[in-house]
Amino acid sequence: MNKEMEKVVGLPDAMTDVPFPYCPGCSHGIIHRLVAEVMDELHVTRRAIGITSAGCSVRNWRQFDCDMVMSLHGRGPAVATGLKRAQPNAVVFTYQGDGDMAAIGTGEIVHAASRCERITVIYVNNGVFGATGGQQAPTTLIGEKTTSYPAGRDPRTSGYPLKMAELLAQVAPDSFIARMAVHDVKHVRKTKQAIRQAFEIQLRGEGFGLVEILAACPTNWKMDARQCMEKIRRDIVPHFPLGVFSSRTS
Amino acid sequence: MQKKLMRGNQAAGEGAIRAGCRFFFGYPITPQNELFEHMAERLPEVGGTFLQSESELSGIHMMMGASAGGGRCMSSSSGPGFALMGEGLTTLAAAELPAVVVCVSRAGPGLGRIASSQSEYRLATRGGGHGDYQCPVFGPASSQELYELTYTAFDVADTYRNPVIVLSDAILGQMMEPVSLDARRSMAPPSRRWAVHGKGDLPRKVIKAAPHTDEALIELNRKLKAKYDTMRSRLQRYESFHTEDASIVIVAFGSSARIAYDALKAARMDRIPVGLFRPISLWPFPEDALKHLAARGARKFLVVEANNGQMVEDVRLSICGQADVHHYGVGGGHVFSPDEILNEVRQLHHE
Repeated sequence: MNKEMEKVVGLPDAMTDVPFPYCPGCSHGIIHRLVAEVMDELHVTRRAIGITSAGCSVRNWRQFDCDMVMSLHGRGPAVATGLKRAQPNAVVFTYQGDGDMAAIGTGEIVHAASRCERITVIYVNNGVFGATGGQQAPTTLIGEKTTSYPAGRDPRTSGYPLKMAELLAQVAPDSFIARMAVHDVKHVRKTKQAIRQAFEIQLRGEGFGLVEILAACPTNWKMDARQCMEKIRRDIVPHFPLGVFSSRTS
Repeated sequence: MQKKLMRGNQAAGEGAIRAGCRFFFGYPITPQNELFEHMAERLPEVGGTFLQSESELSGIHMMMGASAGGGRCMSSSSGPGFALMGEGLTTLAAAELPAVVVCVSRAGPGLGRIASSQSEYRLATRGGGHGDYQCPVFGPASSQELYELTYTAFDVADTYRNPVIVLSDAILGQMMEPVSLDARRSMAPPSRRWAVHGKGDLPRKVIKAAPHTDEALIELNRKLKAKYDTMRSRLQRYESFHTEDASIVIVAFGSSARIAYDALKAARMDRIPVGLFRPISLWPFPEDALKHLAARGARKFLVVEANNGQMVEDVRLSICGQADVHHYGVGGGHVFSPDEILNEVRQLHHE
């Protein structure tokens, strides 16, 4: 590029130009871009290995322009563990939804966190199983109607929403763990900052990094993108407080 | 010749170390613990990684990561833990990643008990997980063979880019026998061009557990089937004793073959024309050699296995009605005596 020309807008280098496969208004697009921008800024794309999980984001091996490995439902942190042990100089990240990580993958994520694996986890919480058509997730709010519990989530029969960031902060002494949201520009910027920190702790070799990101699923929430953003602000953030839950190394 | 007295479990572990295995992921379960502990002791000495996983399910997926990153890796388990690995085994097969799993069988079903059995034959030889795929399966019958076949399993896994299973059992795992370690030379792990380590200046690589389109999945299945057909023709292994003039042939693998051999010697003293056929590769099953025995005049086959009748299905498929196939087996952890096998042989002889 010409030295006088500064790129001010465009695709991050860490992202391919393959169109997103996601529904209109889905937050995966924003979050993918934030991850790619952070990879650019930290100059890690050439040594990065991403791990996809089951669900809508399984397709993201086509979006990130780095080496990628596909994993099965919930197993991303185990695959990342093995990969990081075999390739300690690689920058390893998983990208997981709540149906993947907070349900079938709880064993893998809890123990990867407790071992403080030098990996980065991008955890997208939209409160629903998206790819399978809108069933209840462990993160679904009380009273929310889903296809598996059409009358709404009743804690007496299907429990309470699982707060993964708080839970994992309890078990991972050497970690950066935060919950962010992408419902407006201010919070998108904060989310990017947190993603950066979740990569930096891995780059410093100090511990485990995870950012939980409150995200929208317009298709399964059955509302438009603007209504989704409002719902995150009004209903979801009060239940899933934003902030940094762990930022320490022993 | 350096000989060392080793449990089968330790011999398998040492075979892995010599083959350049540098990553082990596993979960404690009896009767495989000595293998797991051997790796815990030996891997740090050779600069490798031992990691006790939170479950066998997690362990097999850690293997997937280590294998994707180019590491020679192994896990070991028994009954319930081996069953949990099914999801990972099929994923490794789909992604065409090499890995070795040693299953030291115990008695089932369910939680079962820790006594020896051969009840994982069907699970292992049918792949262990969902979807159409196969894993080569070796059935060693001594500490020496556990050492050598575990070593070989790593090369087979790399040659075909596929998981390989070594099916042992509690008797073999716990029994101490002299092992000639010189039988295999230490080797360095091979380099793997397909491994991911960050793209650097090269085009990026993607290790896929599933193709992106319906057509591509059919194409992958076609490709895998061709690979399995090649394995089927190249990997059949067996050993036979006194089968040349035998009208009765005992078919047994692993520890049951060791016991059956004593029964054979006693039967030969009684001038009963009995032979022993020992499959070493359980998948692919050595069907060609067995078929040949039936064609050459063996009239009765007695399948002896420590389960309710699993390998007998493969024997029937191989013999294909050309001779009588009988089964003698007890599930649940029974250890055969040579005499009870001899009684079965005598009955068949007098029928």
